[in-house]
Amino acid sequence: MAAVNRRLQRAHHPGPTAATRAIILVVVAIFFALPLVSMVEFTLRGGLEGGYTIDRWVTVFTGQLGPEFNQLWIAIGNSLVLAVVTVVIMLVLLVPTMILIKLSFPRLRPVMEFICLLPITIPAIVLVVGLAPIYRVVSSIFGSGVWTLAFAYGILVLPYAYRAIQANLDSIDVKTLSEAARSLGAGWGTVLFRVIVPNLRRGLLAASFISVAVVLGEFTIASLLNRINLQTALLVVNKADPYIAVIFALLALVFAFLLLVIIGRLGSARRKDNS
Amino acid sequence: MLFLGLPTVLALSTGLFDGDGAFTTTNIEALVDPVIVRTFWNSIWLSALTAVIGAVVGAAACYALLDAKPDGPLRTVVDSISGVLAQFGGVMLAFAFVTLIGTQGLLRVILQNNFGIDIFASGVWLYEVPGLVLPYIYFQVPLMIIVFLPALEALKPQWAEASATLGGTRATYWWRIGMPVLAPSFIGSLLLLFANSFSSYATAAALTSQGQGIVPLQIRAALTSETVLGRENLAGALALGMIVVMVVVMVIYSIFERRASRWQR
Repeated sequence: MAAVNRRLQRAHHPGPTAATRAIILVVVAIFFALPLVSMVEFTLRGGLEGGYTIDRWVTVFTGQLGPEFNQLWIAIGNSLVLAVVTVVIMLVLLVPTMILIKLSFPRLRPVMEFICLLPITIPAIVLVVGLAPIYRVVSSIFGSGVWTLAFAYGILVLPYAYRAIQANLDSIDVKTLSEAARSLGAGWGTVLFRVIVPNLRRGLLAASFISVAVVLGEFTIASLLNRINLQTALLVVNKADPYIAVIFALLALVFAFLLLVIIGRLGSARRKDNS
Repeated sequence: MLFLGLPTVLALSTGLFDGDGAFTTTNIEALVDPVIVRTFWNSIWLSALTAVIGAVVGAAACYALLDAKPDGPLRTVVDSISGVLAQFGGVMLAFAFVTLIGTQGLLRVILQNNFGIDIFASGVWLYEVPGLVLPYIYFQVPLMIIVFLPALEALKPQWAEASATLGGTRATYWWRIGMPVLAPSFIGSLLLLFANSFSSYATAAALTSQGQGIVPLQIRAALTSETVLGRENLAGALALGMIVVMVVVMVIYSIFERRASRWQR
């Protein structure tokens, strides 16, 4: 009986055995660690004489980079501006629309979902072909400032932002909340900003972080429309001084990783709230 | 909407019209040019190969992660790393692989000096189409983990219990229940991976500054060409070709997705 019980218990548990699990995870981890390790090793190389040095990291962190890297700082500034503008556009356009659909036009939801997920289907490189003539018009109206790219980026982040916000929106009872507020004499503005938005703050934060990550990693559109952002500048710097380019690439990866860890933390905090 | 619909329509329509705005099929006919056909073929096999490898390795990784606590540190780290590598990569991924298996790369130098293996014995392939395989797998696996893990977690423990009560072993469970239930999600994820590598541009652009081995690079060449005027319309035709492939993939995807959702209630 005990043996049968033990077998039942083992079979109950369809997951991998400890050994299989360890082997798979270690092999995959090695494949993923190798390029990152080689990037770190590369930044520490001592040039033609061989050996290792941390001089380059010191240079980067003590701000002793020469004027030839000014472009990189400009590019980082550009990318940050783009990230902020994109997040603003995303929040201003997406949030009221989604709340309105949730409250008054639930039948439009599949349409909204389809539109928001569409950018995944259309390759950025295809979008660029059509964006080129549009940006000729845009630059004549708004000038050729880098921030105008945020219009295009607003589209790129749509699928990710939509999913983050929708998950949060589904977990709160928007209808009851807004009716309660309305019956207490609140106007629509109050309902939106003082009742619903505070309840959505986790979803909004997650959507903003993922948008920032996507914008900072964007290359295709900026490169083909001849705008400078972090990624295009990295490519240029790479031709002049690959070591510095790789250091910045590593820093950017770490930054994006931290952003996503924060999103993960927000998500798990939400799950705990609900239970 | 203006920035999604209009560019797409414009991109597609430039493929159908010539420089003066008259309707023409010349650009579409250019698509059957042997060079273009070869680029499409390159793109398709590259995407298919990396999608299959990415899907299999990713699914194995998901299987290994099955017992990890959803809020535990392992899952948080894996989720975040997957997110970074799947969406952020591009240019930096190209750097990473140049430092790993470039002519002076860490792995290549180690293999060469310690084992006498020259991975570039038949020419430096990193900067050509075959060189894209490894970097592409590098972002396909994380994407597979992101899209396939939820499906794997949706398997109900009751099914495993039912199978066990009826005397099934772990192998029976996976062979008779797990795999058939997961098959549609797996194929759906596979198609998503295909679409992902088919449309990716940054890694390829950063690795190869001249070549036009795959369709996105061909579009770049057509867009930035200074030697042959009026090639923007060829870019449009290429974009049209890409969209056709993507639409086919996405239609099949939605069919499988519908089948998959049957088990996820």
